[in-house]
Amino acid sequence: MTPTAGLSLEQAPPFSVPLRFFLAAPWYLVLAALLLLWRGPDLFASRWLPATLALTHLLTLGFMAQVMLGALLQMLPVVVGVVVPQPRVIAVLIHVPLNMGTLMLAFAFLTSSPDGFQIAFFLLGLAFAVALTAFHLALWRAPVASGTVIAMRCALAALLVTVGLGLLLDGFFGWGWRVSVVIVTDIHAVWGLVGWAVLLVAGVAYQVVPMFHITPPYSPRFVRLFALTMLVLLAGWSLGLWLGWAAGISFFTLGLAAGIAAFAVNTLYLLTQRRRKIGDATLNYWRVSMVSLLAAAIIGISMRLMDSLTQAPQVDGLLGLLMIVGFSIGVINGMLYKIVPFLAWFHLQAELLGRAKVPNMKQLLPDVRIQRQGWVYVMALLLLLVATVYPTVFAYPAALALGINGVWLGVNLAGVGQTYRRLLVSVPASARSSQAKSA
Amino acid sequence: MAILEFLTAEHRGCDENFAIAEEAAQAGDLARCQHEFQRFQRVTELHFKKEEQELFPVFEQVSGNTLGPTRVMRLEHQQVRETLAEMNSALDHGDLAEFLGQAETLLILMQQHNIKEEQMLYPMCDRVLGATAGSVIEAMRAVSDRPPA
Repeated sequence: MTPTAGLSLEQAPPFSVPLRFFLAAPWYLVLAALLLLWRGPDLFASRWLPATLALTHLLTLGFMAQVMLGALLQMLPVVVGVVVPQPRVIAVLIHVPLNMGTLMLAFAFLTSSPDGFQIAFFLLGLAFAVALTAFHLALWRAPVASGTVIAMRCALAALLVTVGLGLLLDGFFGWGWRVSVVIVTDIHAVWGLVGWAVLLVAGVAYQVVPMFHITPPYSPRFVRLFALTMLVLLAGWSLGLWLGWAAGISFFTLGLAAGIAAFAVNTLYLLTQRRRKIGDATLNYWRVSMVSLLAAAIIGISMRLMDSLTQAPQVDGLLGLLMIVGFSIGVINGMLYKIVPFLAWFHLQAELLGRAKVPNMKQLLPDVRIQRQGWVYVMALLLLLVATVYPTVFAYPAALALGINGVWLGVNLAGVGQTYRRLLVSVPASARSSQAKSA
Repeated sequence: MAILEFLTAEHRGCDENFAIAEEAAQAGDLARCQHEFQRFQRVTELHFKKEEQELFPVFEQVSGNTLGPTRVMRLEHQQVRETLAEMNSALDHGDLAEFLGQAETLLILMQQHNIKEEQMLYPMCDRVLGATAGSVIEAMRAVSDRPPA
């Protein structure tokens, strides 16, 4: 076997493969907003309420996992040099059960229906089994183990833990399996948000922050050590929680929070060093995302140093919202505005072969539309954060802002999809590239 | 020095020039933008030439693979050239908005190409070329952007 075997720099999968994930995701923000409107301020009382759990999973599965899995199908060939085989089939096998399973899980939480949990178990189990198998096979075949590949491997390992524990908890509700619900839920949530989300974003950031904003690179030592260190800390923390070892829990929590803070500060610093001075839609999303991540880390550290904070139920809500709506949804939203117009342009360019003028990215999605949605997003985030402290006053405005934000994002992205389809139809199929058709 | 180091530094140099030209367009300074964009195009084209004339043929010969990664890299160079031509025509028409829209597109096109090269192709070149990498770098250094006399 030559050293180059397995290396493929072939172009990305068909546009429809990732696009279905990107177009569906924003509507889960709308569903979450509707749920918040329906249940009102009570949702902020505790993270253990069924409706709060339904809301959380609409955001984490419906929005976050949806875009992240879709984006991985697109990005692995670029970043890792390995093509995911049968992308169309894999996309359907992930997308359909993921969406049905997420809706079913939210329904099951809201109605306390064991049948619902049982169905969600199989649907989500299938979606993640397919995704994890496809991505693990690709990542472990990667010809070069760069910092990004290492971080993505760690992120996928964390996703495996998150999904495994999630299914276990689902089994508790669906079949009455004996599970230490409180401990397993904490471990499930932290591996999902800190393991999967932070490490995946870090792996992507190593590439896209220096490249798209023209900044200096992350230090090689940071890139080499960050993901593995975080994984070890996560394992230590989980063990401490499992064994009820208080000193260990404190130590590892501080370590994880410090690691997260280091990544956020590092990224914010690099962005100040950027050579590309002109404004850019995703730049502000990266900033909001990293500031949220830093705030979450500071709260995490404060909780360990001041016991009184741990007792306050609002702190859980703040942490969850900062990690999910601030950090994760923020950076994903920003990236979608790069990925979707670029891919539309890219595939049109390949299909039309100069037979029609392909609009550039800013024509496909004008900056002004991105900026307006961005302000609504920031408004929604701030209102949600304030609502954790004053739910009776701010729950409804927060829900409205979140809903408008979701609709706006959905409409902006769908508009790009429509322009893409309209232009394709305008050129007869016989005139299009045969290469693109076979792709 | 490794091929990865040598050519990655060239990418960063191109990025620098790109940012300056884009900034001039954003500031509405057509003359400065034209000047800076010419410079960016020159360094980019020279970089492509080094890869296409020196690095890729050697890699293809040593790895025995002419249809693989280097073919895709050449195709992507072509896409970049086409976008550069669009940007030139925008500047000829004094259309800075069109230029900026194309610039946004070019940046991603260029960077996803650079990611592939820096993450995979260059490390792989260093691996398969071993001790001969030094002479390939020397050959690339000798490539000039002047047309042959």
